[in-house]
Amino acid sequence: MAKPKVATASLAGCFGCHMTVLDIDDRILKLIELVDFDKSPIDDIKHFTGRCAVGLIEGGCCNEENVHTLQDFRKHCDVLISVGDCATMGGIPAMRNGIPLEECYAEAYLVGPSVHNPSGRIPNDPELPLLLDKVYPCQEVVKMDYHIPGCPPSADTIWETLVALLSNKTVDLPYELIKYD
Amino acid sequence: MSETVTLTIDGAEIQAKPGQMILVAAEEAGIYIPRLCHYKGLKPHGSCRLCTVTVNGKPMASCTQPVAPGMVVETKTEALNQFRRQILEMLFAEGNHYCMFCEKSGNCELQAQGYRYGMTAPRYPFQYPMRDIDASHPDIFLDHNRCILCARCVRTSKDLDGKNVFQFVNRGKHKRVAVDSRARLAGTNANVTDQALGACPVGALMKKRVGYAVPVGQRLYDHKPIGSEIEAKASR
Repeated sequence: MAKPKVATASLAGCFGCHMTVLDIDDRILKLIELVDFDKSPIDDIKHFTGRCAVGLIEGGCCNEENVHTLQDFRKHCDVLISVGDCATMGGIPAMRNGIPLEECYAEAYLVGPSVHNPSGRIPNDPELPLLLDKVYPCQEVVKMDYHIPGCPPSADTIWETLVALLSNKTVDLPYELIKYD
Repeated sequence: MSETVTLTIDGAEIQAKPGQMILVAAEEAGIYIPRLCHYKGLKPHGSCRLCTVTVNGKPMASCTQPVAPGMVVETKTEALNQFRRQILEMLFAEGNHYCMFCEKSGNCELQAQGYRYGMTAPRYPFQYPMRDIDASHPDIFLDHNRCILCARCVRTSKDLDGKNVFQFVNRGKHKRVAVDSRARLAGTNANVTDQALGACPVGALMKKRVGYAVPVGQRLYDHKPIGSEIEAKASR
């Protein structure tokens, strides 16, 4: 029987949650016995090659590309999991949410203390994904099946969750594995 | 009047003092009822509703409801726990609770209640309100982003510190804690030794320059859920 496939993506996140996946240490050898990775920065596969059992999403949605990626994951994954505080509550990127977009652009490209931009223009190339009005946690964009909070969640939390799901057991994490920091 | 009142809490017969609130009577019997606005030494406030229990089948705030003979109290039914989780989710969605960089993280009662009731992400849309931080005082800061309006600072300052530094202003979603001055915290008689600081359950009212003093893994709620010290009394 073919191994179930796992896909991962980092949206508006810092890749810290992906680093934590690597933090499972030598269990990563067990993991590749259990699953194949599909679309993921871990193996650099850019497009889905088929249906996936589990999708791990790091980060919330800060631009239209994030939304498209997340919708693509929802379409291709049986179980979709928010991993980390950015995915579950917006996290650090969401700190811009109370600030008007124009002010954010101005700070980044015009008036910020370290800005060097003699043209005085805000980049507007069609290649650049448009920013959303604010940063949205994943569950406000598509249906998410599980949420793992943490900044980042511990490697044990991610491991226990994956193993439970792949062996068809209920995810029942001990007290110490659910933390918001 | 008899000296004790007999009532049933979670199936166990409990002796309580007349006039005692259900929450306190339960606590003395080793039964923990979750709370945020209730604080030892202060008059009960009854505002957070986390301590809601059923009394003879009817929901009531256990911090403001005195015991009565023959009461049948349930404190941990699945329905109550669901209800508590919803309150917590609303609190998390309403404010800006960035646990990942909060100095209170690990020692925060709101966070600890979230852990205890298994909240992973709120089902409600986040509000991301724009709120102010008052860092004007040399030793104290007041971060409205983290405030849950429990009034513990308001009441502690008034009743225990005898100062009246904090009050509530505005109503509904605009309600917030304000200081007794048109200036900011710096213009009040608030002092870093005030008991009001320790009364804050979250990271809204904090001492400056002592953040992250306790390493992760050694903080109050890193290993044991909030309330387990009360529950330990029962198992002894």
